[in-house]
Amino acid sequence: MSTLDTTTTTAASAPATQRTPVRPARILLHLFLAGAALAWLAPLLWALYAAMRPYGETSDKGYVSWPDKLSFENFTNAFTQSEMTHYFVNTLIIAVPAVLLTLFLSSMVAFYVSRFDFRINLFLLLVFTAGNLLPQQVIITPLYRLYLLIDIPGITMSGKLYDSALGLVLIHVAFQSGFCAFVLSNYMRSLPHELTEAALVDGASVWRLYWQIVLPLCKPAMAALATLLSIWIYNDFFWALVLISTGENMPITSALNNLSGQYFTDPNLVAAGALLTAIPTLIVYFALQRQFVSGLTLGANKG
Amino acid sequence: MTTIPTTSPEAATPPPGSGPAKTTKAAKVPQGHRRLLTRRDRLTLGLMAGLPTILHVALVWVTALASIALAFTTWDGIGFDAITWVGFDNFKELFTNNPQFWPAVQHNIIWFVALILIPTPLGLLLAVQLDKQIRFSRVYQTAFFLPVVMSLAVIGFVWQLIYNPDTGLINSLIGANEPGHYIDWIGDPDLNLWAILIAASWRHAGYMMILYLAGLKGVDPSLREASALDGANEWQTFKNVIFPTLRPTNTVVLVVTIIEALRAFDLVFVFNKGAEGTELLSILVTNNIIGESSRIGYGSAIAVVLLVISLAVIIPYLIATFRKERQA
Repeated sequence: MSTLDTTTTTAASAPATQRTPVRPARILLHLFLAGAALAWLAPLLWALYAAMRPYGETSDKGYVSWPDKLSFENFTNAFTQSEMTHYFVNTLIIAVPAVLLTLFLSSMVAFYVSRFDFRINLFLLLVFTAGNLLPQQVIITPLYRLYLLIDIPGITMSGKLYDSALGLVLIHVAFQSGFCAFVLSNYMRSLPHELTEAALVDGASVWRLYWQIVLPLCKPAMAALATLLSIWIYNDFFWALVLISTGENMPITSALNNLSGQYFTDPNLVAAGALLTAIPTLIVYFALQRQFVSGLTLGANKG
Repeated sequence: MTTIPTTSPEAATPPPGSGPAKTTKAAKVPQGHRRLLTRRDRLTLGLMAGLPTILHVALVWVTALASIALAFTTWDGIGFDAITWVGFDNFKELFTNNPQFWPAVQHNIIWFVALILIPTPLGLLLAVQLDKQIRFSRVYQTAFFLPVVMSLAVIGFVWQLIYNPDTGLINSLIGANEPGHYIDWIGDPDLNLWAILIAASWRHAGYMMILYLAGLKGVDPSLREASALDGANEWQTFKNVIFPTLRPTNTVVLVVTIIEALRAFDLVFVFNKGAEGTELLSILVTNNIIGESSRIGYGSAIAVVLLVISLAVIIPYLIATFRKERQA
């Protein structure tokens, strides 16, 4: 899989003679990149600086001022006062099943279209991929009405698909499976056909082909997609905004919206809340950078 | 965020250790082998493809079609018998009598043009520099890419700390935070769209950088060598050799950017809920649902405009992609 960090590994493993000698141009390039990188991080660093100062101090001295003391007090306050743990759990309840189900369902579709020569394959794949490219607002009005109509007493708190984690899981799965089906079908197509053909001749069932032969070979692609999906679904703001009405049921990103309404007089506290919300995605990104980036480029490779 | 599928079969990476992959045609079970499938296998296959398809079609395509149907009606959302057919009335009112519609269309276009003119070339520039096998490449990449990983809602809150008239960084730095001297970055209809677009560009550039880096990785190194042997300088090599080979990436970048411009929503909603100066089609649709007025037919008409523009981009793009795939 083509990952971006191959840049560094190939550079490091190249013979010393091929290393570009230190030239003024190189130094200039590093100065440019370092300056640009710092400018890029500036908004986040500014948010961090604001979040580490008490509101009283900044309102007296102004935001652009030397700190009397820096502390994580705002972070602790944001975390405890707004019950962020509760909203993190809400997000987990939505994201974990959504990621797993998306991968499971889209891999089955991919298996169907990539390993068998049915006439409908191309059309099916088109339907899935095109669906994923639509703006969410194209479908939200009827979806919202549909969710209000569907009664599922006992399964969700609201008794409807509306305002329930289940409803969010379903729309995430339906929407994201388009992209995953496309990527996985390309991946599966690159597997040698002898693998499955021999097993089929030996009388293995189709399910066995999928579950025991094809799926294990797709682990790298699945890992990349899982990383990508986790971050996307975690970051979702729109679906939850429209399809969840009770504050209690909100995932973390839309709960943050409420927090800012509640504490709009203390921007430092809101900054702390926003940064806390970003932490899980940053952790996933730093831990699985390779998977994430390769997942992103799986879909947008050389054509 | 959108990721655009363009991988053609040859570009798909074979899993490690599975040996060289055969061509596309061979990888499928040939027609004759269908006989090997038992009735049970066929049932399994039908379920495997059928269940996900039903879910996807029901929630995405049926609702898209329902949007089209509802666009020709008026409905307050209470009781099906209240749905009344009104023909093109919603569209007529939208095009002629809605003060927010044309500004929204205009802002969606500005959104696209701004993203394609500023962060896209910037992302390309960064990618070309980072592709030079330099030290600390990973560190730089991470800095530029960090905003892409974060939720747009979070990004909205972070940038409000910069734009806030009283307490924001910019006004504090230039001394415009005294009453009477305010520069209202968020409230001023002449400024707010641009302020939000800077935040959007901040995120978009990192995304474009990653796409271009992946594209540059696919450029045959011998092309560069040949160009260097011919005595071309760095700019000439890029302009005449590298950039033309990035054509597929450019197509992806173009489609991604159009779709991002049509989808733009979260940032604007967090900033000022699409108040004056920042109207977008997506915001108009959403306000019909979460706002006080529930005019479903009218909201659906706006959604249909969005759908038509989207499909005008999606369909030709997918046809081209899939045709290429067929030929492969």
